[in-house]
Amino acid sequence: MASRIKRISFSILSPTIITSLAMVRIVTSDLYDVDGYPVEGGVMDPRLGVVDPGLHCRTCGSSIGDCPGHFGYMELAKPILNILYVKAIYQLLKISCRKCGKILSKDAVKSVKELGRNAPNKCPHCGEVQGKIKFVKPYAFYEDKEEMSSEEIRERFERVSEEELKKVEFLGGRPEWLILTLLPVSPVTTRPSITLESGEKSEDDLTHKLVDIVRINQSLRENIDIGAPDFIIKDLWELLQYHVSTYFDNELTGAPQARHRSGRPLKGMIQRLKGKEGRIRGNLLGKRVNFSARTVISPDPRISINEVGVPDVIAKELTLDLPVTKLNMKQIKEMIEKEKVNYVKRPDGRRIKVTSENKADIIENLTEGWNVDRQLQDGDIVLFNRQPSLHRPSIMAHRVRVMNYKTFRIAPQVCPPYNADFDGDEMNLHALQTEEARSEASELLDVKNNIISPRFGGPLIGLDLDQISGIYLLTHGVKMFDKKEAVRIFGEAGMDVEVPDKEKLSGKEIFSMMLPKNLNMEFKSNCCKQCDECTKDKCLYDAWVKIKDGELVIGTIDSAAVGAFKGKIITKLHRVTDTEKIKRFIDDCARLATSYLARRGFSIGISDLDLPPQIMEEVSKRVDKAEKGSNELIQKYNGKKLKILPGLTAEESLETQILNVLAQELNDISQIVEERIKSSDMIVMADSGAKGSLINITQMAACVGQEAILGQRIRRGYIKRTLPHFKKGDLSADAHGFVKRGFKQALAPAELFWNIMNGREGLMDKSLRTRKSGYMQRRLINALQDIHVTDNLVVKNSVGGIIQFMAGEDGVDPSKSERGDVNWKE
Amino acid sequence: MSIDLPPKIIKEIDREAKNEQEKKKLLEKARENFVKYLYNPHETIGVIAAQSLSEPATQMTMRTYHFAGTAGIQVTLGLPRLIEIFDARKEIKTPTMTIYLLPECQTMEKAKRVAENVKQVKLRDLVIYDVTDLTNLEITCKLDMRLVKGLELDAETVKKKMQTLKKVKIDVDGDELKARSTTFDIKNLYKLKYRLLESHLKGIKGVTQAIVNKENEEWVIHTLGSNLKKTLKIKGVDSERIASNNVFEVMDVFGIEAARNAIIRQARYTLDEQGLNVDIRYIMLLADLMTHTGIIKPIGRYGIAGQKKSMLARAAFEETKKHMISSAIKNESDDLVGIVENIMMNQVMPVGTGAFDLYGDIPAGAAKKPEAKKPGKKEAPKKSGKGGKALVEKKPASSKAVKGGKKKK
Repeated sequence: MASRIKRISFSILSPTIITSLAMVRIVTSDLYDVDGYPVEGGVMDPRLGVVDPGLHCRTCGSSIGDCPGHFGYMELAKPILNILYVKAIYQLLKISCRKCGKILSKDAVKSVKELGRNAPNKCPHCGEVQGKIKFVKPYAFYEDKEEMSSEEIRERFERVSEEELKKVEFLGGRPEWLILTLLPVSPVTTRPSITLESGEKSEDDLTHKLVDIVRINQSLRENIDIGAPDFIIKDLWELLQYHVSTYFDNELTGAPQARHRSGRPLKGMIQRLKGKEGRIRGNLLGKRVNFSARTVISPDPRISINEVGVPDVIAKELTLDLPVTKLNMKQIKEMIEKEKVNYVKRPDGRRIKVTSENKADIIENLTEGWNVDRQLQDGDIVLFNRQPSLHRPSIMAHRVRVMNYKTFRIAPQVCPPYNADFDGDEMNLHALQTEEARSEASELLDVKNNIISPRFGGPLIGLDLDQISGIYLLTHGVKMFDKKEAVRIFGEAGMDVEVPDKEKLSGKEIFSMMLPKNLNMEFKSNCCKQCDECTKDKCLYDAWVKIKDGELVIGTIDSAAVGAFKGKIITKLHRVTDTEKIKRFIDDCARLATSYLARRGFSIGISDLDLPPQIMEEVSKRVDKAEKGSNELIQKYNGKKLKILPGLTAEESLETQILNVLAQELNDISQIVEERIKSSDMIVMADSGAKGSLINITQMAACVGQEAILGQRIRRGYIKRTLPHFKKGDLSADAHGFVKRGFKQALAPAELFWNIMNGREGLMDKSLRTRKSGYMQRRLINALQDIHVTDNLVVKNSVGGIIQFMAGEDGVDPSKSERGDVNWKE
Repeated sequence: MSIDLPPKIIKEIDREAKNEQEKKKLLEKARENFVKYLYNPHETIGVIAAQSLSEPATQMTMRTYHFAGTAGIQVTLGLPRLIEIFDARKEIKTPTMTIYLLPECQTMEKAKRVAENVKQVKLRDLVIYDVTDLTNLEITCKLDMRLVKGLELDAETVKKKMQTLKKVKIDVDGDELKARSTTFDIKNLYKLKYRLLESHLKGIKGVTQAIVNKENEEWVIHTLGSNLKKTLKIKGVDSERIASNNVFEVMDVFGIEAARNAIIRQARYTLDEQGLNVDIRYIMLLADLMTHTGIIKPIGRYGIAGQKKSMLARAAFEETKKHMISSAIKNESDDLVGIVENIMMNQVMPVGTGAFDLYGDIPAGAAKKPEAKKPGKKEAPKKSGKGGKALVEKKPASSKAVKGGKKKK
């Protein structure tokens, strides 16, 4: 990159610049002559640039794409206010003297707005009495109720001197330039016409607008020339003002929008720039790219976390640009032979497509200095992304593995950072085109360097779902395998490890083989029952994990150890080994768990939720107790004996207390279920933290509990009741969304209705939330984007203003920390 | 680079070291290890902070109300509260105060007494019933004398307090309060009744609830409604620990540093309450950004994003037209030092790896550069009609450039 734009300055276009920029003076409203050629002096004049393929520009001689386009100009028969600056015109009229043109203040002007509001009615310089300026949207000005013509305003502005303008920070040019006498006509390249299939030409909105302006301008001039009556001239003048105004901005308050014949509002200049799809946000800050692919994702439990399975059809289409050198000549020739190269590019710019017919020819002619477009192959680094890209790990770099079938394959372990699942999600892939980009991607964006989240300094990537169930089953309690079996498990996992020569191996020993030897740690696992007093290494549930010198002594490995977001081992490994080894650890654990789980078998069924009859009875007793409890409260309420909670009304107190009673009983039911449900794979999932929790199991097996809307019992519906089959004024738990049954027992019709109400609330909440938080994110990013750390850990914004003297007060990067903490001992 | 260890680590070392020598050794070791945790130079900490704060926000509930502890005060929480904090709203939905008490007020009775002084009392709270007499144009309110006494008031003082009402004549007859408008107008009677019942008698205006609670062996008052200035004047209030969730009020009373801490605390509390894990350093950065000018600036259109120096950055955010026009009038120029500006120009942005350049002596003979293709490609975007001028300059060998290029390993 040879040159760099250092500065852009903005000012008001002067008539001199308008004429000097212009190649053509536009005089006629005709676009094309009878033969379909653009008319000279029309707004499609060929000297304004080329838009038709094959033609050359009359001004610069270059063809389509290279010709930047050239301006034209138009002489307006009467001066026209530039609608974009009407506010500035208004301000200046208010604060400048109508006679001497000086600012109506002797002292330095602090606030232009303030002065405009309380402008003195006598000029402090010449004593002239000032009229009261009134502005009527969109472009009418009155002085003491008399309309001011744009000519008058222009004349008045001409009297304002340069020094006076400086006082009010009007530095972009002469104020009279805000009233246009010349109108620049934008190059045709900015408003290309589209030729329809029928051969008809469809013009751009701006062209339509310009034609209108030229036409009105002409008839205005003619009418002035023949000395038409004032009211005709005034009408035309105002019409011209309207058209010029809507050419600039077609969303004016106080004026109707200019419309296309079809009724669609035309796009003005401002509309082109503004908003999400406008030039700035839509074309300059966001762009469409080449070398990208998108398809459905699906899981591959054997692939590494920093790999991505790419369908061969995509790999054939995406290419990398490779220079031919002495060193790679041989490989490239081989690639051409195998038709792994799509194009060869000669130094003169010619591109030759490689086909089975011409490949021999090409191989022969291939010399240094040529470039080839090579297809994607195994090991290439690519960017992988899932929208919405809410945080940095939404885009990470993966290594390509070309595969058959038509989906991208990713390891389930990398789902959490992308927030992806496989219910039809699609993801995008970008092939990197320069060596700089590829090296930056592999240093900064590689999945293995993004395992630790910068948000909280814990792992974003870890075992997922079944993999956690697998590793839990493998390491929980004492499970012995003979050597043959162990070797088999490793074999099926595709792992090449040396199995110690022992008759029997425990699951814990098998797991330990993946740990580095310098790992020492102790922690509680997810299956911990939160006993009142922790017995630590004598835990009855095998929930106290102790790893000594890379050997799992006791404890169960589950989501608290290797899961995403929680995984303590992964966080710790980040301290003691490098990222490559952590990557391998996660890969190996996942493969091992999958392989073991596949051998063992894993299934859930409805009978997993069976509870013995006496327990069911116990549950229904509890449900009855909950109902009784709430009924008692209702009775007390009716008898006005209810305990009123501080700050609440009687009704609110009742509601709160009922909710508490019901929640308490549901909690008790949960306890019963937890104690008495028989062990099954369903329980394994909850215990290991793979998926689901005790609440889910309780809701399925025993009792769903209270359904709430906006945090309150369900109340809406008919007058004083929720559904017609309750009595009016019924306050009981039943009538307000308490679901007695569990999902397995099937819900009563009303209960199902409550449940669905709750579900709908969730959906509405979700859609509302995504919008709100999306906008919040945009604002946050806009406020914070320029803020960066400098060489000495000072935090500055883009113009050098200091935000913090020490980043985060201690200079610690959370993504390098252990959940925000510094372990200074190791 | 010599970096001071954070006080937390030094404290830990002090605790662990047995003698001076050992301490020196540990300090050495800690310093050596601590460097590994530091930020990379030119890290885009801002973007990461913004993402870290807003990515979990997508998981937040919209449910606004929540019972703060057992106190029974409902406060706004979740996403709406977070937006409220970042927007630096002056009028927040549920202002609250937490009032700690001085040691001499640590009994339930005394705490309740303080709470009574804080909570506002309107005439409405003391009236059992009121009668509007249309023939005599008179309003009669029956006072609950038990309540009146409980608040250490009596009918006469109530009357006195009511004297501030204009154009009203008030008489007290036992436990009855009679109000008569001096202007004879039926239409105004209902208005008068409203004014009468809403009139403020005692406590702090706006504090609608004050609940006394025991927390950690200490009596604490939680309020709904916040007015630090007035609360601080009440006897028994611990002025060193009082807290409000209205950051503007905190700024007015305790200054900008306190406001910064209040922002951090409030944001932290909102995130924690939802069980979301965000490193406190990011919240501190945001709070510092909002307060570093000495006043609280919101993050949105009227705050930080809308007051940037670069016109292009402002125009890219919101109100494109406004910013373009005003910059033309003021003859502003954009130095293209920010991120969006450089993205717009299709240039490398000056942060992260883009903050560095690679330069060195090119060995003789290797100076033959491949010809740059299509010189027209890297051209300034057109600012047609706005008088935009693009100054294209050769990039000078930046004095900032670091030998060796690329950061990170």
